[in-house]
Amino acid sequence: MSTNAASSAMPLALPKRGRRSLAHSKWPVLILFLPPALLLFTVLVILPMGEAAWYSFYNWNGYGSPTQWIGLRNYQLIFRNAAFTQALINNGLIVLASICIQIPLALWLATMISSRIKGALVFRLIFFLPYVLADVAAGMIWRFVYDGDFGLVGGIASFFAADPPFWLADRDVAMYAILGVVVWKYFGFHMMLFIAGLQAIDKSVLEAADIDGATGFQKFRLVTLPLLGSTVRLSVFFGVVGSLQLFDMIMPLTGGGPSNSTQTMVTFLYNFGVTRMQIGFGSAVGVVLFVLCVTLAFSYKRIFMRHD
Amino acid sequence: MSSTTNKKNLLAASALGLASVLMMAGTASADNIIRWMHVEQVPSTIALWNKIAKDFEAKHPGVKIELQFLENQAFKAKLPTLLQSQDAPGMFYTWGGGVLQAQSVTGALRPLDATMDANEGEWRKSTNPSAIEGLTFDGKLWAAPSKSGLISFYYNKDLFKKANIDANKIATWDEFLSAVKTLKQAGITPIAGGGRDKWPLHFYWSYLAMREAGQKGFADAKSGNNEGFAGEAFVKAGQHLAELGKLEPFQNGYLGATWNDALAAFGDGRAALILSFENTPATQATNSTTRKGLADDNIGRFAFPVVKGAPGVVTDSLGGLNGWAVTKNAPPETEEFLRYMGSLDVQKALAKETQIMPVTRGASEAVARPLLREVADALAKETWHQNFLDQDLGPNVGAIVNDVSVEIVSGGVEPADAAQQIEDAYSLERK
Repeated sequence: MSTNAASSAMPLALPKRGRRSLAHSKWPVLILFLPPALLLFTVLVILPMGEAAWYSFYNWNGYGSPTQWIGLRNYQLIFRNAAFTQALINNGLIVLASICIQIPLALWLATMISSRIKGALVFRLIFFLPYVLADVAAGMIWRFVYDGDFGLVGGIASFFAADPPFWLADRDVAMYAILGVVVWKYFGFHMMLFIAGLQAIDKSVLEAADIDGATGFQKFRLVTLPLLGSTVRLSVFFGVVGSLQLFDMIMPLTGGGPSNSTQTMVTFLYNFGVTRMQIGFGSAVGVVLFVLCVTLAFSYKRIFMRHD
Repeated sequence: MSSTTNKKNLLAASALGLASVLMMAGTASADNIIRWMHVEQVPSTIALWNKIAKDFEAKHPGVKIELQFLENQAFKAKLPTLLQSQDAPGMFYTWGGGVLQAQSVTGALRPLDATMDANEGEWRKSTNPSAIEGLTFDGKLWAAPSKSGLISFYYNKDLFKKANIDANKIATWDEFLSAVKTLKQAGITPIAGGGRDKWPLHFYWSYLAMREAGQKGFADAKSGNNEGFAGEAFVKAGQHLAELGKLEPFQNGYLGATWNDALAAFGDGRAALILSFENTPATQATNSTTRKGLADDNIGRFAFPVVKGAPGVVTDSLGGLNGWAVTKNAPPETEEFLRYMGSLDVQKALAKETQIMPVTRGASEAVARPLLREVADALAKETWHQNFLDQDLGPNVGAIVNDVSVEIVSGGVEPADAAQQIEDAYSLERK
């Protein structure tokens, strides 16, 4: 009986002691290692975010401390600003170009060069090259390409004895010229995603489709594309988030002009907040951008990437 | 496996955290180091500054001067934060105007009047009064004047001859417009413009507004009288600019062209005119495709024309006014150094070798190049020196002036709306 009691108590006591010792070993580590990371994250991420939100209620030029509380006026000014509306439209255009042109193009190229054909590796490298380039460098290169006096476009025009176009100086065309650069710059990245996705597809499924007599297009539509679903959704996600952050390529290309026709949200923040020393206004733009980013990212993940 | 990598990451993160804390604690500065922050990019100018600093150090043992360079745009963006930190420079470059005024009210700067007035006002007496006046706010001088400037038209003599235009006969805006038309008819691009940078086109609106409003009208607008900047004179200034825009006087693609592109267009002889700084003879050459640009004897200069019947006169000039501001915690020798920088010999050396328009009386005789000499003479006769509006009206209103100048020229906004936009923004700045 006593042995019984002892043996029945044993299994109860063991996990208890185990849990306690686990707790003992966990807390010192937590106490020792959490504060530095927490401190860094708080100082460098949480605090600036809170500060930006706080400044957005002030009319403040950055000198001294903010004193002139103006409530929601900065936000009213943002939504009344035609350049901000244009920036929103442009961000939308970039997303659209990303989904309708860039991703299909990337997918098409990926399906062509993911199979082991001769030279596939070289093409992969070539297509991926623009993505490796720094955004600012790409912007400067394309500024030169588009130049009507000395650039490639100007050269081609004068070869055909036509008046050289100045696309980046034309309010109606400049944004499309930039979209071209965006697609050129980032399709390689999406292509790589797709190649990885394609390689993960089980070959036997495609073989089965072959045996069933499916045509190439049927195989793509009914087998490859559904199995690539999660990659496509991820690709769109990157496209959307990347478009909201587009800044360093636009600055060397047009700087947001002419007439604010190529402003994105971030260039708008920089041009109207930072360079004009309207720190309060700029912070408000930052808050709007942040809310938009977070809402988009989380709702997209919830709705489209739920099962991935 | 995963737990060890996690622990490693944590360790790395905490080490990083510790390092950054140590770094923050490690900043301290010695008292007698004057840190001199500037935006100058010309190597010969910096070399001369270094020499001036060395000479001063030799005469003042224990003082060290360190030059610190920041790129123009980065400088403007960083300065607000820098001035409030322990890393504030001892003295820094300023364009005067609304920005300097904003800095002056925060208590981050030290006024220079005491040093100016020492030795019976020796320094003050030796400096051009218009330069001192331009950097004075609320009765105190907030920066030591370093150089002045003048915006005027520079033209290509060959191209003017080809179009059969006599530049000496361009005195009014109407005469200027007809010269532009004549140039166009002769198949010559009349003006080089840098619309992408915007401020190069703000010279036009500024000058037209100065001509239409006159010095008194301008002061009235600043204090909000006669509808401020929405008043009739400023609408008219916009209308004159729109007239010019309708003639399509600029080179192709000027809206995407930077200031350097515009200088290149002028220096290459692709455009006949440029409304530009006093240093144009030098900068048109360095920016031209050949790096040689136009020869000095091929460049002529004339003042911005007047508008018939308007109060502004031809000797009212628009141009830069720069100085060195001293920060609150700068070493006490900083003022002494600036006085040295403003002394006649140093200003003469600067005028001769860096081709600036000096602010010390009598220093302009060191200006040798005829095209610069002409500017120095014009500055000596000026009746009103207006600092650039994008400085004078502060960064926000200034940016709006730049924006609307481009929009008026390119037909994007009506002159009356443009004037109203400026007034709306400036009304918030009037105290």
